[in-house]
Amino acid sequence: MTISTRARYALMALMGVGLAFIYIPLSVVVINSFNASKTFSWPPSSLTTLWWSKAVDNTGVREALKWSLFAGLVATFIALLLGTTLAFAVSRYSFFGREVISLLVVLPISLPGVVTGIALNNAFTKQLGMSTGLLTVVIGHATFCIVIVYNNAIARLRRMGTSLQEASMDLGANGITTFRLITLPNLASALFAGGLLAFGLSFDEIVVTTFTAGPGIQTLPIWIYNNLFRPNQAPIVNVVAATLVVLSIIPIYLSQRLSQDSTSGGRF
Amino acid sequence: MTKPVIVSIRGLTRSFGDVRAVAGVDLDIFEGEFITLLGPSGSGKTTVLRMIAGFEKPDSGSIVLGGKDVSQLPPYDRDVNTVFQDYALFPHMNVISNIEYGLRVKGVDKSSRHSRAMQALKQVRLEGYETRKPAQLSGGQRQRVALARALVNRPSVLLLDEPLGALDLKLREQMQIELKELQREVGITFIFVTHDQEEALTMSDRIAVFNHGRIEQLGTPREIYENPQSLFVSEFVGQTNKIEIEGRKVNIRPEFISVAKTARFGDCSIQGTLRDAIFVGAVTRYLIDTTLGSTMISTNPTEDISIGESVTLSWDKKKEFLVQ
Repeated sequence: MTISTRARYALMALMGVGLAFIYIPLSVVVINSFNASKTFSWPPSSLTTLWWSKAVDNTGVREALKWSLFAGLVATFIALLLGTTLAFAVSRYSFFGREVISLLVVLPISLPGVVTGIALNNAFTKQLGMSTGLLTVVIGHATFCIVIVYNNAIARLRRMGTSLQEASMDLGANGITTFRLITLPNLASALFAGGLLAFGLSFDEIVVTTFTAGPGIQTLPIWIYNNLFRPNQAPIVNVVAATLVVLSIIPIYLSQRLSQDSTSGGRF
Repeated sequence: MTKPVIVSIRGLTRSFGDVRAVAGVDLDIFEGEFITLLGPSGSGKTTVLRMIAGFEKPDSGSIVLGGKDVSQLPPYDRDVNTVFQDYALFPHMNVISNIEYGLRVKGVDKSSRHSRAMQALKQVRLEGYETRKPAQLSGGQRQRVALARALVNRPSVLLLDEPLGALDLKLREQMQIELKELQREVGITFIFVTHDQEEALTMSDRIAVFNHGRIEQLGTPREIYENPQSLFVSEFVGQTNKIEIEGRKVNIRPEFISVAKTARFGDCSIQGTLRDAIFVGAVTRYLIDTTLGSTMISTNPTEDISIGESVTLSWDKKKEFLVQ
């Protein structure tokens, strides 16, 4: 496509404005986490790592980081198992209601988090008589993590087609050997990318977490929310927020890199 | 032929929903022959091949391979290997691992499977490519790897599902000759599926012409071409002129019709006007409007004729063939 020079500059300027809107506030958070002034006078008169060492020593922060990591990892693991299984069922077999199931699996990602959260909370506490805690957070997160893994897996399975499996069986491998030697290796990068993305989503999720965590559990986003308006905690909140930004960006960046690699290198 | 039968197909049927893809096929395939299943798309030829391979189960009928009914066995329990239309090479494995795969899953030890794979690679003339990934190969090279991957297992039957379809014309013609030579060399039965009649005529010992899920005619390329048993076969394999002359409804191939200004070369003739001459490389196709009102095609001129001139078409009666 060719566009005029003027249009190109206009588009680039617009893009610059858009990116600036997102990333300037984020960088202010990161810079403020080093701001020596407790009231965040801008521009910072001097920089310090004091808040970072305070954050590291803060037991609340450490607990929250631990819960966030744990919930993210377990939810991702569940999503990998269930999402991949579902993707296989939907892509490889035709059965009554297949399209409906496909839609139902993807739907939770478009539902408002507050609705999912309230519904889950209701189900856990009223219908199932469970108390909210780590388990309910993990299940809550798994509901949207599954979607990510499922989408990645089913896209790869569809692109792969069935001829590789047929070739493998034709050459003498049974179903299990075929899965181990052919299907899984060709699916692995899609699953890894999906898993990273799911972890990234779980790690900074707050709405569903609010309704499923109960009083005992604080994940990092919840900790930030609870401490946001306590003036003496503000510098540490900045540190936690900066950490959250970095830890969320890394998996998403990696997963994007992986998806690109497999689309350019995985020609069949 | 007096060779023993290696594949015996009886009463084979298979439907997909309301579509009868295979509607009763009987076929005996002999050991060491190159047989082609020829037909238009949707004629059932590929479905028959896939049932021999084990990717589809027949609704009814039997497939006996080497004396054993295999029609209900999974693909990995059948002594056949397939070369796929899209090659289906494993993208995460290099060339030699692809070729070794069949031996590997059957538990052949590392050193002997490697030497057999190297030998197969040599057979398809791809030495030096063993560490390449399929994505780094050209279409023709992938084709050869797919062949080697199947042949290294020394199956009793090799199934080829339109394997040359994705290649350009030059390479396809070259591969036709190579495939035929390879088949003679290894002595394995080849069952080859194609919709390309020229390919079928070039390579096959026998051709089974498929239409609407049935075999319309089974015979040597010469029998199929010179003595087609149905209108469908005569039109699908080669070109034909349908005419009604002296009360006879007959067919005659364009190359058997001589075109001259007045001279006759045969015991049948008809008058006409040269409408057009279409140059198609090796031959020129002459379109002649005949006095019967129909247009006939000839590829056999005997002198220089210009468009619009009156001509005499003539042929030997014995080159005519009758169809229902």
